[in-house]
Amino acid sequence: MIPVGFDYQRPESLDAALALLAEHGEDATVLAGGHSLLPVMKLRLAAPEIVIDIGRLAELNYIRVDGDEVAIGAGTRYRDIVISDVLAKECALLPAVTRTVGDPQVRHRGTLGGALAHGDPAGDLPAAILALEGTIVLRSPRGERKVPITEFYTGVFSSVKEPDELLVEIRVPRTGATGWAYEKFTRRSNDWAIVAVAVVTAPDGARRIGLVNMGSTPLRAKATEAALAEGKSIEEAAALAAEGTEPPADNAGTPEYRRHLVTVLTRRALQTAAG
Amino acid sequence: MKVEITVNGEHTSHDVEPRTLLAHYLRENLGLKATNIGCDTTSCGACTVLVDGEAVKSCTVLAVQADQQTVTTMEGLDGAAKGELGHPVTKAFRQEHGLQCGFCTPGMVMAAVSLIEENPDLTEKDVREGLEGNLCRCTGYHNIVRAVLVAAGKDPDAAQAAEAVSDERTTAPGFSTGEGDK
Repeated sequence: MIPVGFDYQRPESLDAALALLAEHGEDATVLAGGHSLLPVMKLRLAAPEIVIDIGRLAELNYIRVDGDEVAIGAGTRYRDIVISDVLAKECALLPAVTRTVGDPQVRHRGTLGGALAHGDPAGDLPAAILALEGTIVLRSPRGERKVPITEFYTGVFSSVKEPDELLVEIRVPRTGATGWAYEKFTRRSNDWAIVAVAVVTAPDGARRIGLVNMGSTPLRAKATEAALAEGKSIEEAAALAAEGTEPPADNAGTPEYRRHLVTVLTRRALQTAAG
Repeated sequence: MKVEITVNGEHTSHDVEPRTLLAHYLRENLGLKATNIGCDTTSCGACTVLVDGEAVKSCTVLAVQADQQTVTTMEGLDGAAKGELGHPVTKAFRQEHGLQCGFCTPGMVMAAVSLIEENPDLTEKDVREGLEGNLCRCTGYHNIVRAVLVAAGKDPDAAQAAEAVSDERTTAPGFSTGEGDK
C-alpha cells in the first residue's frame, strides 16, 4: 500500500515548523514517528497535501523535572520514555504504560506527542495522561496555551487543537515510583487494548482511574473514584467502573462484555496500586 | 526528492517520491531483497531493518525519513552479502534451526540484533517479549527463541528451564516448557 502523493517538508527548527503549519493549516499534517499517520495514509484514509516532518527536532525531545511536574517534549519516543530514569522515579505509571504500546520496533519510532495528538480512544497513552491529569502544551505563531487533558479531547480522533497549533509538550505531576497500576487486556501481545485501566495515586492521595476504549474519548472512572473517596472497598468501588461509559462494539467484544471487563480490570488495578 | 542514505556501510542516493516507503527504497531502488514485505501494516515485522542501529518496520517509515541516516539490512550483517553466516545471530539461527520457510527470518534476525544490542543479558522471557513485533507462521517460535538466546551467549536449555520454573504458575497443565528440570 502506498500513500497518495504529497509534498514533504523537514523544517530545521520548531519555529520553522510552526511557520509552515501556520501557512498551510488544514492542508498540512504533522509527521513525527509516523506510526499512526503512515498507516492511515497507506490506507488512504488520510491524504494530506503537505507532510511536515518534526521527527528530528531535538527541541521536542526531552524529559525533565520542572517544579512539581515532569515536562516531556512531544517528540520524545516511546523507547526513551520506557528507559527514562527520571520517569521511573517521578512518574512510573508512564513508562509502564508505554512499555505496552505496540512492539519494540514501534516504540523505536512512535512519540508521546504523536499518540496524544492522534487521540485514538483505544490508545494507551491518552488514558494514562488523563489518569495523571496531565497538561497539553500547544504552540502556534499566535502564542502558547496550556490545556488540561480533561478538556483536550472532543471526540474520536479529535481535540481542541487548532490546525495551526503544534502539540509541543506534555506535563505530568510527580506522582512517584509507586501507587500505580496498568491493567491492559489484549488478545495478542502487541495489540490494541480491548479494555485497559490505568490507576495512579495523586499527590493528594486520591486514586485516579483512566479507562482505555470505553468511549469515544479516554474516560475517567468517576463513580469508582468517588466511591473510593467515600471510603468504599476496592471491590465495591470497582463494580461501578462502567458507569457513564459508552464502550464500542467490534470483533473483540460487545459493549456488555467491555462493561464487565472494565470492572474486573479496575479491581485488579486498584489492588495492584494499593501494593 | 533526493535522499542520501548509508545502507550497509555504502553511500546510496536516489531521487524518490516522498511517499516511497523505506522498504520499497531498499528492495526496488537498491535491489536489496532480503527485506521482505509481509503484512504491510506494521504488524508482522518481516520488513524489520535497523535505522541508526535500532530495529524499525520499514513498511512504516518513509525513505525521506531515513535521509542522511544509516540503515542496516540483513545483507549488511557480517558475510551475509556473500552468502556466509558470519554474524552471531545468523550463525545461531542456523545452529538452532530457527527457521522453516524463511520468510520472517530477515526481520527476526534484525529484530534480534537490535534486541541483543539493547539488552545483552537476555532471559527467555525478554526474548519472547522482545520479538512480539515479529510473526512466524511455521516454527511456533521455539527454535527462534533458542537461537536468539544462543546469539546472546546464553545456554538455551538453562534459560528455558529457568523460565519453566518461574512460569509454572501461568503454564497450562501438560504444556511443553522446554527441557523442564533437566
